[in-house]
Amino acid sequence: MVESIAVDATDHITDTVNAVYLAESRRVLATLIRLLGDFDAAEEALHDAFRAALEQWPTEGVPANPRAWLVSAGRFKAIDSMRRRKRFDALDDVGSKADVAVVDDNAWADPESVEDDRLRLIFTCCHPALAPDAQVALTLREVCGLTTEEIAQAFLTPAPTLAQRIVRAKAKIRDARIPYQVPTQTELPARLDAVLRVIYLVFNEGYNASSGTLLTRHDLSGEAIRLGRLLAELLPEPEVLGLLGLMLLHESRRAARTSPTGELILLDDQDRSLWDRTQIAEGTRLVERALSPRPDGERGRGGTAGPYAIQAAIAAVHAEAGDRAATDWNEIVGLYDALLRIDPSPVIELNRAVAVAMRDGPAAGLEIVDRILDRGDLTDYRPAHAARAELNRRLGKVDAARASFERAIALARQEPERRFLQRRLAELIPDP
Amino acid sequence: MKYLCLVYLEGQKLRAVPDTECRACGDGFRQSGLLVAAEALQPIDTAATVRVRGGKVSVTDGPFAETKEQLAGFYLIDARDLNDAIQIAAKIPPAREGSVEVRPVRELAP
Repeated sequence: MVESIAVDATDHITDTVNAVYLAESRRVLATLIRLLGDFDAAEEALHDAFRAALEQWPTEGVPANPRAWLVSAGRFKAIDSMRRRKRFDALDDVGSKADVAVVDDNAWADPESVEDDRLRLIFTCCHPALAPDAQVALTLREVCGLTTEEIAQAFLTPAPTLAQRIVRAKAKIRDARIPYQVPTQTELPARLDAVLRVIYLVFNEGYNASSGTLLTRHDLSGEAIRLGRLLAELLPEPEVLGLLGLMLLHESRRAARTSPTGELILLDDQDRSLWDRTQIAEGTRLVERALSPRPDGERGRGGTAGPYAIQAAIAAVHAEAGDRAATDWNEIVGLYDALLRIDPSPVIELNRAVAVAMRDGPAAGLEIVDRILDRGDLTDYRPAHAARAELNRRLGKVDAARASFERAIALARQEPERRFLQRRLAELIPDP
Repeated sequence: MKYLCLVYLEGQKLRAVPDTECRACGDGFRQSGLLVAAEALQPIDTAATVRVRGGKVSVTDGPFAETKEQLAGFYLIDARDLNDAIQIAAKIPPAREGSVEVRPVRELAP
């Protein structure tokens, strides 16, 4: 009887440790990296700390502040193993150098600096001196706590390749001495862009898988939204709120954008009752916050809205409309104009052309699409040819539509996309 | 007249020559009054490239890629960390026209 109670208590503690791991392990890791000055040492210390918790909490009870306990235990274990290593190490100065980092004891338990540690970790993982794919892998590994295998699977990359990418990134952080710090105000805009790019890339990889047969990969989009929420909580800059809003508004349509058999459904044809209203409401609120003038006026981006906030505003206009006809196309064209002013790109011109076609008719849109393609831009961009095909179809120009559908199909990299385009092509009614 | 002697090696041969030999060579040059400065570098994948365009600093990973650009000079700087080095590199005037590769120095083994 007594024994079974003891077993229950141990089970209960194991559950508690697991729950604490889920909630706190990334925070603890972020602080340990600062204290130990080394990613690998911090990861080892994190594991040692949780192993100690599993051993000690059943008898000593769960501490009042588990996070502080874990940081302290991890730090102690790291010092201990460095001392042990030093004793066996022929090169004495390796150990003493490490000791200097450990002894640096400036208020490690201060709640504010602990929150800053998570920002430090994000900015270090997304440092522009690291290769873009290494930034993504390192962020998912260190900030989100995904395993190397999980990341490899999500990106359809062999696990050893991905592991190597992470090892190299950590080596570069050490050898090039990339500091563990939040950028200064002057550096912040450029550095924040890099962080947002990583988050959006992870989201799109999940939402719009770039190759393969599955159209969506839930886990990555979910991770990106979690990352966006974390960043919005730590650093509520307008573009951070804009990006989180944009992701939520896209995510709200997930259930409507594919059929039960995995076929792609265009925005116009989606069953809007399947859109997630809670996500739309939250996304729209974030867009409003991102676009409203900041109370402190001077900071941020000189009052002009950033590209993520504007894209989110476009998504919000779509989300508001009950159907295609009710969509405020004039406002959408205006938002694309604003986007082109701050971030000129042929892809945005193409999106604007589609909105113009909805506002002013297919001929007006087609004229713009043709102009972009004639310029030699977007020659190999599948959506440009798909848009040209649709606009020609609406104008009854079947031959031109067919040629563009065929070009788009040749460029499609995803199965559902290809099937969708083939279906549209088959539905073309030939000229009489 | 000062001359810059640039050392080129394939990636897998970076450690082909023992550090002790390089150190001895540097010491010898220094004693003869020949040496201004000499350092070994970390491998190319530790590099970052800094450019300034329209007053904005951009940082990319890796070494400079424009093959039209040629080595035009060098600054050996002492910075706190990579962010500090990037800030300093962005102040080097040719960063406006070309690019400045920031490569960490590797300390030779004793």
